[in-house]
Amino acid sequence: MKKTPITAIVVLAALALLPLAVRDNYFLHLLILFLMWVVIGSSWNIFAGYTGQVSFGHAAFFGTGAYTAGMFVQHAGISAWWGMAFGGLAAMLLGLPFGAICFPLRGAYFALASLALNLILMHLATIAERFTGGMQGIMIMPTFVSKVPYYYIALGMAAVTVVAIQVIVRSKWGYYFVSIREDQDAAESLGINTNAYKNVSLGVSTFFTGTAGALYMNYMGFIDPHVVFSLHDYSVMAILVAIVGGVGTIYGPAVGAFIMVGLQELFRSGFFGLFKYLGDRTGSEAFTQAMEVVQHAHVLVFGILVVAVILFLPNGIVGDWGKIRKGVSRPKSAA
Amino acid sequence: MAIFLQTLVAGLLKGGLYALIGIGMTLIMGVMGIINLAHGQMMMLAMYITFVLSSMGVDPYFSLLVAMPALFLLGVLIQKYLLNPLIKVETILPENQVLMTVGIGMVLTELARFVFKSDYKYVTTSYSSSTFFLGGISFNVPLTIAFVIALVFTAAMFGFLIKTDLGRSIRATAQDKDAATLMGINTARITAVTMGLGAALVAAAGCLLAPVYYIFPDIGGPFTAKAFVITILGGLGSTVGAILGGITLGMAESLGATYLGMEYEDVVGLAIFVAVLLFLPGGFKRLTKI
Repeated sequence: MKKTPITAIVVLAALALLPLAVRDNYFLHLLILFLMWVVIGSSWNIFAGYTGQVSFGHAAFFGTGAYTAGMFVQHAGISAWWGMAFGGLAAMLLGLPFGAICFPLRGAYFALASLALNLILMHLATIAERFTGGMQGIMIMPTFVSKVPYYYIALGMAAVTVVAIQVIVRSKWGYYFVSIREDQDAAESLGINTNAYKNVSLGVSTFFTGTAGALYMNYMGFIDPHVVFSLHDYSVMAILVAIVGGVGTIYGPAVGAFIMVGLQELFRSGFFGLFKYLGDRTGSEAFTQAMEVVQHAHVLVFGILVVAVILFLPNGIVGDWGKIRKGVSRPKSAA
Repeated sequence: MAIFLQTLVAGLLKGGLYALIGIGMTLIMGVMGIINLAHGQMMMLAMYITFVLSSMGVDPYFSLLVAMPALFLLGVLIQKYLLNPLIKVETILPENQVLMTVGIGMVLTELARFVFKSDYKYVTTSYSSSTFFLGGISFNVPLTIAFVIALVFTAAMFGFLIKTDLGRSIRATAQDKDAATLMGINTARITAVTMGLGAALVAAAGCLLAPVYYIFPDIGGPFTAKAFVITILGGLGSTVGAILGGITLGMAESLGATYLGMEYEDVVGLAIFVAVLLFLPGGFKRLTKI
């Protein structure tokens, strides 16, 4: 594992040079989404994977960030880019009181409370029409026509998030977080102020998630309550990204983000147009129909993937890497 | 005053169904200690079974006889092959079983979308929108029937848990799994049966709801949310609590819809949920002691 920093630097350098080679907007778009998910997945992971507080409501913080950016334009008439700074803070402002109130709840109860927070915010954003635009949402003009600036901003954000979380996790705070995850009562009796450190963890987590939300607003140019507060598209997806990659590992969420965004797009585009190509070549109706089926199957595949990962790789791809390698190098010798 | 009474009656009728949904959830929560986040999705499945049968001319109330055993079987299989194996696995997060139910819920929803497409389906019966009046207050006929059947099932469930050996084993497992195992109870089998029963009860709710509601694949999510609100309101593993919780939620929702506006219907339920978590942790169970 000593090689990891070098691998990370190589990957980062490759990602930084990529736009020079890849001019295709479609792939840049996918990469931007991937980087955004690295941020969200890592944020969820520091709070759930390291501190043990499973949140089912990270969309609440993501949406708050996005709405902060959007409302800067809507109400103050200033650039949505201010949201990149204040979106994270707004998400923190939401998260810290929530944490202070709900931290006495443990395990599944806390997860449910966060789910409730998510749903409440979605309804409020829908109801408070004058403030948020209600179901019509908020639309802004994107600043850049090209996707390259967004790509670098997302890359910078992802790098900052991963490095910051790595620094925090390897500091004294990180050990406090893990001790809370492993045994909250023991941590408390050793003199760790568990509520305070849970809040520190939540603060970091919500800040980065909110920033990702603000980036989403800037990049996509359109939000509405059911998009950014979506339970399935954000809260659950954040969990999936982290558990597929590896809960409680630094690079797990990045791996998970790559797989999930890749898979989602693979299915949405019908294996990157393979079916369409085959259909055009052969003129057969069957391929067109197969493509429609495949396009609708991506959530189904997510579900099956979750079930499979939890059953066979409960610590995710990064967490169970040793197990995977063993299984590949000497199959069947185990058991 | 008439409006107020009407609102209460509507809430009460809806609450009966909610109680049925809640009892299944609270059983699972009490025995396994996990939240079943696929609960509403199981109900959705039962509603589609009702839909298919009714398009073949079977009355929704007879489809109970098909949907409940089918969902019982599904619950047993899920518990046996997907959830029980997780207990032995060493992981960082203890919530793995809960995450698994999320995955199961997604699979069920998407399978339904695959087969039935996303558009709304209706189970239309001759009595779907018929009402009768009692002292100037209107009662929706299917909802009233649903309420009565829900009460019957609830009472039967209660009797089963208190009187029978299997019921006692379930309660023993809920109280202390290790001690129950030591007393010779096959807890793996008990958890599977409990999951099956929970699924069958929510299936009953689905069949009863089908004539008065519309059916679409994503209907599961909101009802899973309602189920856990009810369970938290009532208190973990408490059958009486789940009944009270269901009726409270039904009434609160309909009061909210009448006096605050339709769009507040769901917010009211969630607000109550958070308030109970904070001010009455343990729910109504703390008051009723059962």
